[in-house]
Amino acid sequence: MSTARRITLRVNGRPAQGEVEPRRHLGDFLREDLGLTGTHLGCEHGVCGACTVIVDGVPARACLMLAVQADGAEVITVEGLAQADGTLHPIQQAFHAHHGLQCGFCTPGMLTTLAAFLAERPDADEAAIREAISGNICRCTGYESIVEAALAAGKILQSGG
Amino acid sequence: MGVRYFGAAVPRIEDPELITGRGRYLDDIRLPSMGEAAFVRSVHAHARIKRVDVAAAMAAPGIVAVLTAADLGLAGKPTPQFAPSPLIVQDRTQHVLASSAVHFVGETIAIVVADTRANAEDAAALVEVDYDLLPVVVDLATALDANAPKAHQDAPDNRLATVRAKFGDADQVFARAPHVFRERIFQHRGGCHAMECRGVIAAEDPLSRQLMVWSATQAPYMLRRMLASFMGRNENTIRVAAPQVGGGFGPKAVIYAEEYAVTLAALKLGRPVKWVEDRREHFVATTQQRDQIWDVEVAADNDGRMLAVRGRCLHDNGAYAPYGLILPASTLGPFPGPYALEALDITLDAAFTNKVPTTPVRGAGRPHAAFVLERLADSVARGLRLDRDAVRRASFVRSNQMPYTTGAKARDGSSVVYDSGDYQHCLDTAQRRVGDDFRARQAKARVEGRFLGMGIASYVEDTGLPPYEGASVRVEPDGKVLITTGAAGQGQGHHTVFAQIAADILDIPIEIVSVVSADTGRFPLGIGTIGSRVGVLGGSSVHLAATRVRDKAIKVAAEMMETAESDLALEDGRVRVAGTDKSVALKDIAARLDGFAAMPMPRGNEPGLSATAYHEGRATTFANGTNICEVEVDPATGAVQILRYVVAHDCGRLINPMIVDGQIRGGVVHGIGNALYEHMRFDENAQPITTNYGEYLLPTATDLPRIEVIHLETLSPNNPIGVKGAGEGGTIPAAACVISAIEDALSPFGVVINEHPVSPARIVELIEAARKRLKAI
Amino acid sequence: MKPAPFAYHDPRTLDELIGLLSRHDNLKLLAGGQSLVPMLNMRFVIVDHIVDLNRVDGLAAIGDRNAAIEIGAMTRQRTLERDPVIARKAPIMQEALRHVGHLQTRSRGTIGGSLCHLDPAAELAGVARLYDAVLHVAGPRGMRDVKMADWSLGYMAPAVGPDEVLTGLTLPVWSEPHGHAFVEFARRHGDFAIVGVGCLLALDGKGMINRAAVALVGVATAPVRLTAAEVALTGQAPSVATFKAAAEHAEKLDCLADAHVSASYRQRLAGVLTERALARAATRAGGADVHR
Repeated sequence: MSTARRITLRVNGRPAQGEVEPRRHLGDFLREDLGLTGTHLGCEHGVCGACTVIVDGVPARACLMLAVQADGAEVITVEGLAQADGTLHPIQQAFHAHHGLQCGFCTPGMLTTLAAFLAERPDADEAAIREAISGNICRCTGYESIVEAALAAGKILQSGG
Repeated sequence: MGVRYFGAAVPRIEDPELITGRGRYLDDIRLPSMGEAAFVRSVHAHARIKRVDVAAAMAAPGIVAVLTAADLGLAGKPTPQFAPSPLIVQDRTQHVLASSAVHFVGETIAIVVADTRANAEDAAALVEVDYDLLPVVVDLATALDANAPKAHQDAPDNRLATVRAKFGDADQVFARAPHVFRERIFQHRGGCHAMECRGVIAAEDPLSRQLMVWSATQAPYMLRRMLASFMGRNENTIRVAAPQVGGGFGPKAVIYAEEYAVTLAALKLGRPVKWVEDRREHFVATTQQRDQIWDVEVAADNDGRMLAVRGRCLHDNGAYAPYGLILPASTLGPFPGPYALEALDITLDAAFTNKVPTTPVRGAGRPHAAFVLERLADSVARGLRLDRDAVRRASFVRSNQMPYTTGAKARDGSSVVYDSGDYQHCLDTAQRRVGDDFRARQAKARVEGRFLGMGIASYVEDTGLPPYEGASVRVEPDGKVLITTGAAGQGQGHHTVFAQIAADILDIPIEIVSVVSADTGRFPLGIGTIGSRVGVLGGSSVHLAATRVRDKAIKVAAEMMETAESDLALEDGRVRVAGTDKSVALKDIAARLDGFAAMPMPRGNEPGLSATAYHEGRATTFANGTNICEVEVDPATGAVQILRYVVAHDCGRLINPMIVDGQIRGGVVHGIGNALYEHMRFDENAQPITTNYGEYLLPTATDLPRIEVIHLETLSPNNPIGVKGAGEGGTIPAAACVISAIEDALSPFGVVINEHPVSPARIVELIEAARKRLKAI
Repeated sequence: MKPAPFAYHDPRTLDELIGLLSRHDNLKLLAGGQSLVPMLNMRFVIVDHIVDLNRVDGLAAIGDRNAAIEIGAMTRQRTLERDPVIARKAPIMQEALRHVGHLQTRSRGTIGGSLCHLDPAAELAGVARLYDAVLHVAGPRGMRDVKMADWSLGYMAPAVGPDEVLTGLTLPVWSEPHGHAFVEFARRHGDFAIVGVGCLLALDGKGMINRAAVALVGVATAPVRLTAAEVALTGQAPSVATFKAAAEHAEKLDCLADAHVSASYRQRLAGVLTERALARAATRAGGADVHR
């Protein structure tokens, strides 16, 4: 019943392809077919946000997209946030400076969500940032250091960093 | 040698991998020929298994095997008891795979191994199980009644154990006390809900035949010990490692049926087998905390000083006791808390129910104990019309009473002695930060029809639990330093903290320190990460080991440079003669001690610039704190908003204040979850009904205020670095603090709240009930 | 948690799509996937066929038709949130969208998906009901229109046949100046509404209410218009007393009860939120601030 489909897409700026069963979600495709294990699966029912990736410029839950739906798409995962020369994205730097992670499991989804959000709204205030990450569950930090990191990254982005 | 890292907010050395998506968690590990497993689990809470038919499953695509208890040669042998105790009346531990009966929804019955997880799940759905349903024990309140159904058919009743904490003469104190207040308190805590679910991979190393097990566990050494015992193998034929673990919070320290099953399946099938828990499995099959019903009373004098507490707790242990009586003991152990009670007499009855077993979740039973003590303190304040903080002040152990023998007994029978701490000062500090305008603002808000409340809760926490942890520190011939330790981390930043300690002692930059942990193949002995112990015991071990390395480097350098040891000090990776530029690099000393072929070693030194040390947690060290929070409650809807949250706490010396802040804040949020959100619910057939994150609520960023943390430091005299544990202190008083605040907000309505969690709908109910009571007077 | 196997189809045209719907049964339409894929992952939904709407031409567009807005069924919630026509002519939709899931789910979630999933708490269904939207359905027998009032056939059961698909809706907008408010009570931000209230309120030259629309979600299987209250509000001065009286209509509604929330609590919320929504809409309509 399930015939594998060939998909072609771009991931972190590079071409990628695979043969996937239709029922395979994008998260599993990224992790297993492409070996990009940075994207994590915390719930597989679209609430925890750990699997968030950026699809065609907008943050989306990888566990709620079928891999076949990503055919032709441009996907950015946590592994693609830094520049090619290894320079970290401001949000990654800020997470490190402000202790925005503890166990690190929710972190990839937090980073992609905030990278996408701050690109649109680098001047977002604390309330807006908390609302932006309200779809990402962290069980370790209590969110405060994540918010501080996001505010700091926003400042860097506003100044053209 | 100067101190530059200890006490500093050093950014974590764990971060670079994790923020770039290069962490290695259990599910990131893939091995050639690895089979993926899914479990067939019971869909009933209590039933006899009549028949398990795997024929259709075996024929499914991609299937490697479908294994039941008989296939694994388990012959009805239950998993071993992790924590035996003479107090256990009837010991029940889960079977690896149930074959005759099941006792909670989610219990493992068969393991399916396939080429993919999806195919394994398809096949698992095809396994047919015929059940004979049995009566279910679902209601804790009646579980120990004479006519209650039995959670285990062959048992005389549902009693797991009765545990008692007693000191002084409670009857006498109550008899002469001017005031006695009684409360019935209902407490519920839910699951750990680490964002990473459980998981285990087992494989036999083809060369050495050693069994290799990776598990997202808090206790790799305990897992090795239990596997070895269960399989009748020597421990050295099993290697267990925890990779990066995405949160633990207690339940990942339990040894599970799935871990045995995957290991046995891998051995039987002769190929690696991986099982990754999914979130629905986490809801039904990972241990959790759950219900306790308390009937307690407190005796107080006219000044509000609490003199004695007595009563009874009925505790839901679930269908099995995989962790012995650790949770019941952790519930009673914290009494009398920060209070100088003259007497205590509490009995805890632990009952079996047909639900997933309960074991410690962050804080273990300490939040329960704190909740009881703090509700009682508020009860005294209410009854005697005193300020709530006045009751605490009147009742606290005073700092000039330290070290203070509480009267309680520890698990090993020794007397509990609070080593250090100034509880009054903590409360003063918290109140100073909060300011003194709350009552005025509260009164003004009431005039406007708004209801503000302030809550307060204090606690004492035993940390640095015995027996030990260990570490090796080694200087490599390239000058880098490797710390190896058995201590296991799940996000606490242990690697950073250990590196800070070693870098200070050896006077080297932290960038050249790396840490390897949680692998029985890399370090011989360890215990596990529970009870806020690793910073204390692991940190102390690193301190001891690094100190020995420093001393050895100085000794060898003295010989190499023909100078007195007293003239030497470590400076910037070198051993330098004071006041000169004569020095030798640590890496050269290391190379010397690693040895060269045909060249004798420097006399009187063992090879290697390294040392191993174990620090024993012989004398518990006690952290303490006071939390104060401000809430607004909307009586029309029952909505609660936490406006402000202040923590003043003392966990001894801070190795890394940023990390401690994170632990405290994260811990407080667990407690807020327990106060307002987390409710693991079962129906009348003990079917779990909140099994997804839409129905089981964890706090999110929009639900929380900033949490202000003030650190006080009274050094622990019980370890070489003066630290106390910090992993659970945030959680312990938090639910009590929030409930206290809600009650304060609703005091105009006469509402008393002796339960948690409280939902908005429940708050509305409590207000209506209080209104009716007031009308009836 | 992996889905059971299914055959996957991604048609490119409406005709292709309808052909598939006519040829296969035991299928589900995949729009944004934010409600369907969790159910597939948890195996609460097991079907032979998934028909993906995301590549069908012409289903995602927002058109300004002066007296109305045309919205394609596959228009993303995120697009609606940012659209200037919606901002100008139906801002209540954007206020409601802030409560719909989270920014990641709104990236993929669609208005059509929400209307066809028809969860009792769906905010967009409430907004559609508030405006008396007309829904457009395509099938092998051609196009037909369904009034939003007639859209629900029961719990999570929209009036669309197995071989039909919702292609879009027409939202008749209010031409006169008016205030709006969407107020919701949920356990946490983005959670399903326990009760949500949307209202539109227009005032005449003397500041009296001359038009009112109030819709509630979460109280029944379909959004409810508080028509009796709307009639009672017309001609009244906006005041606390007026809104309290209107809210009493909401409190008397027969409300859903489930394992988590009782009917009486929903009734209470219905009353409280209706009052608050009316007060906010009145303030925005240019009346004096009627908040206490």
